[in-house]
Amino acid sequence: MRGLNRREFLVAGASVSGGLFLGLPIIGAASDGDDHMIGFFVQIEPDGRVIIGSNQPEIGQGTRTALPMMVAEELDADWSMVSVRSMPLGIVKIEDGYTWKYGPQGAGGSDGVTSNWEYMRQVGATARGQLVKAAAARLGVAETDCDTRPGFVVCDRLGKEIAYGDLVADAAMLELPEESPPLKDIKDHRIVGSRVKTVDAMGIVTGKVRFGIDTVQPNMRYAVIARAPVLNATVKSFDDTEARKVAGVLDVFTIDGPAMGEPYEILASGVAVVATSTWAAMKGRAALTIEWNESPSANDSSDKFWADNIEMLKGEGQRVVDDGDFDAAMAKAARVLVRQYEVPFVSHAPLEPQNCYAYVQENSCHIIAPTQSPSGASRAANAVTGLPRENIHVEMTRVGGGFGRRLTNDYVAEATMISRRTGWPIKLQWSRDDDIRNDFYRPAGTHELQAGLDASNKVIAWTQRLASASKYYRRPNMPDEELVGAELYNDDFPRRIVDNMRLEYFHNTIGLPRGSWRAPAHTANAFVIQSFIDEIAHETGQDPLQVRLDLYGAERELEYGNHGATTFNPGRLSRLLKFVAGKIDYGKSLPAGRGIGLASHFTFGGYAAHAIEVSVEDGELRIERVVAAIDCGLAVHPNGVEAQLEGGTIDGLSTALGLEITVSNGRIQQSNFHNYPLARIAAIPARFEAHILPYNDKPTGVGEIGLPSAAPALTNAIFAATGIRIRKLPIGQQLRV
Amino acid sequence: MGKADLARRKFRRERGNRKVHSSQLKNRSAHFSERFDSLVHLGLYSQLPGAPCHMLSFTINQEVTTFDGDETTPLLWVLRDHLDMTGTKYGCGIGLCGACTVHINGVAQRSCVVPMAAVANAAITTIEGLAAADDKLHPVQQAWLEHDVPQCGFCQPGQIMATVDFLKRFPNPSDDDIDNNITNICRCGTYARIRKAIHRAAELSATGDRK
Repeated sequence: MRGLNRREFLVAGASVSGGLFLGLPIIGAASDGDDHMIGFFVQIEPDGRVIIGSNQPEIGQGTRTALPMMVAEELDADWSMVSVRSMPLGIVKIEDGYTWKYGPQGAGGSDGVTSNWEYMRQVGATARGQLVKAAAARLGVAETDCDTRPGFVVCDRLGKEIAYGDLVADAAMLELPEESPPLKDIKDHRIVGSRVKTVDAMGIVTGKVRFGIDTVQPNMRYAVIARAPVLNATVKSFDDTEARKVAGVLDVFTIDGPAMGEPYEILASGVAVVATSTWAAMKGRAALTIEWNESPSANDSSDKFWADNIEMLKGEGQRVVDDGDFDAAMAKAARVLVRQYEVPFVSHAPLEPQNCYAYVQENSCHIIAPTQSPSGASRAANAVTGLPRENIHVEMTRVGGGFGRRLTNDYVAEATMISRRTGWPIKLQWSRDDDIRNDFYRPAGTHELQAGLDASNKVIAWTQRLASASKYYRRPNMPDEELVGAELYNDDFPRRIVDNMRLEYFHNTIGLPRGSWRAPAHTANAFVIQSFIDEIAHETGQDPLQVRLDLYGAERELEYGNHGATTFNPGRLSRLLKFVAGKIDYGKSLPAGRGIGLASHFTFGGYAAHAIEVSVEDGELRIERVVAAIDCGLAVHPNGVEAQLEGGTIDGLSTALGLEITVSNGRIQQSNFHNYPLARIAAIPARFEAHILPYNDKPTGVGEIGLPSAAPALTNAIFAATGIRIRKLPIGQQLRV
Repeated sequence: MGKADLARRKFRRERGNRKVHSSQLKNRSAHFSERFDSLVHLGLYSQLPGAPCHMLSFTINQEVTTFDGDETTPLLWVLRDHLDMTGTKYGCGIGLCGACTVHINGVAQRSCVVPMAAVANAAITTIEGLAAADDKLHPVQQAWLEHDVPQCGFCQPGQIMATVDFLKRFPNPSDDDIDNNITNICRCGTYARIRKAIHRAAELSATGDRK
């Protein structure tokens, strides 16, 4: 979809209640009825209330707070008068497809703030400009004689001020300017950079906020699906005699899954049970007897996968980076270090299991879903129904955790299939078991790292050789040589720092689905790279902090071509490392069994570092202290940035401590939180700090930045405490030796 | 009329203090509970035999409510599907995550593993009933707002209900007390703020300081 220029996205008009609204015109459509109101970014009512539209999915990352802050800042609104309204998916048919009606919508890649930073502020500035213009006209003064304070236009020359609410009727009649008024200087910000509370927090603590799972619609029926227990198995036959005896069960039928190896809409073949309540549907499902066809994945196993990786790494893979003369540098190296690491498959396990409301009628389809990709939901419903996408109305709810799982809308497709078949409004509910056993897992991989050191122990050659099952799972038209793109980001450290560098990829296969898991390949690559640097330091008797500082060097912008940035400044990692090391008193003498570990990583344009202190006694690991720091340029919503840094850190620690998905005989071995043990509060120490180090006036994303360096900081601390090097995640029972 | 409407008609919510006394029912639920526990442990509670439709009476947020449906239905689903009280969340279905925490006779329980038969005559409080109004929040809710705890927010009603009960038992908790007693899962990782908010709520409760 193409982007919009400013002239296309800003229009002004009068709201029904006589206020001013400013937002997006309807492109290529004459009239849009009620929807017209919902699409507008900012609406100012005569009573002074400011209603700001939130066009992005809210998955806990905080865009529903941060984006309206940007609009309110430039509008010079009184934040206490601001409320936020959800906008549905907005797409408009154009000649060669569809374009966005309300700007791009989706949560992924930590770009919610960065991609809307200019755009949202311009909306606010333009609205403010119209109010100033209206006030100047009314007061008979020049616009330059007027200024604003929150909620008011003020004219110091006349000693007068007019509330925004009193100006909206006039402002709505004014032509919009060709150019957006100039934006504020950062130092004049009152809202951006301030500690406002999370929008919707009150609704959350009182249980009033509705998530997708809380959707209730007239005449709604409830559905669950018994999915194939073996990867890629299909339904052979089923007996629903007992299921239909369960009070409330209305219908039972087969859901056809995708053909093996083909691009998918849904993950698995299964049998749907539709009932008058969730419990009746679940009970009906438990009473089904299903016979499954033998699956081509029936022999898939994690053990085989790992063994295959090791075999592959003995050969030669696909070279995706080959800088300098790696072979020559290795040949003349005074010392060569080689290490292998394993990073497991993991599940997203958002706490709100997948669910979706779908109602397919003859010429329309209504979807209400917790999704990170509402346009993907629209495409999924279109693929199932064949209805034109402009007839598919997609509403987004607050999302009970995303982590990348809800970039894929397979559950939307399933709900749509069931509604289409039955003609009923359907709420599809996944159980926790469904969720953990039917995921697009973070790819697992075996990484071999090699470094060539010169006589002074300086790294002169570096390679990372990775055997994995790529995230690019059953994508249409995806040639094998492009699978690596999701697993190794070519320009990550130490590219352009170590001259002789090689990246090599080996594509392994397994029937288990893969997808994007928060900070995708950065989680694996940060772990192995930051572990390996630590190993180089210890092997050569150098200090792990100093080795990193030497490698990163001074501040400078290196060319960067992967997602999230155009340059990478390793000096910003040095600054963070020195900061966290100072905070945790790195270098202090510690009793036996205690250790401090460090790590840092550049993720999607943002920088983070961690210092973690642990104790290990009789194989019992305890995280004693965590110091995390982020450099996200400018923090738009510091409270939210810290929350993402805390949450990302804890996600990284929780995953490293105990999470792994394994496959045996084509079956996922984990099913719920007893064997997929997300960390509880006891694992997270009271001494936990999250710091923001401001850098410049340009915000980066924050949702994924705080995660990747947490795990290696933890395992580096374990090494410092015990001499045990964790080269295989999760840590699990490895310390009980 | 849709089937969902029919299901909802099975429910009769009445204001007032009508009490159902039934020792028979009580005994039955005790027996039921015992069997239920072992079946829940095995994840087999759907195999429990469908119970005859006794009329069960209990209070939810001080309102007398009756239920005459399938007594194996977990309280969670009755709250959510039948009463449209959706603040209590479904997260795991086997009592591990705590998203469904409510109070039954003042004690925090995971409602996904409490069959309706076990709540006969009980007094149930859900997140919706914790505060009289938005400007009269419970100290735990108030502390949650002060520390801006929620990220996605899905687990937070359960976290709050668990904390309210915990603070009754540990009015001035140590970090170890928190570690040993708070077991609700937060997938977003808000634990650092939850810990601070629990301590703050203890302070607020001790001083009776409500905004």
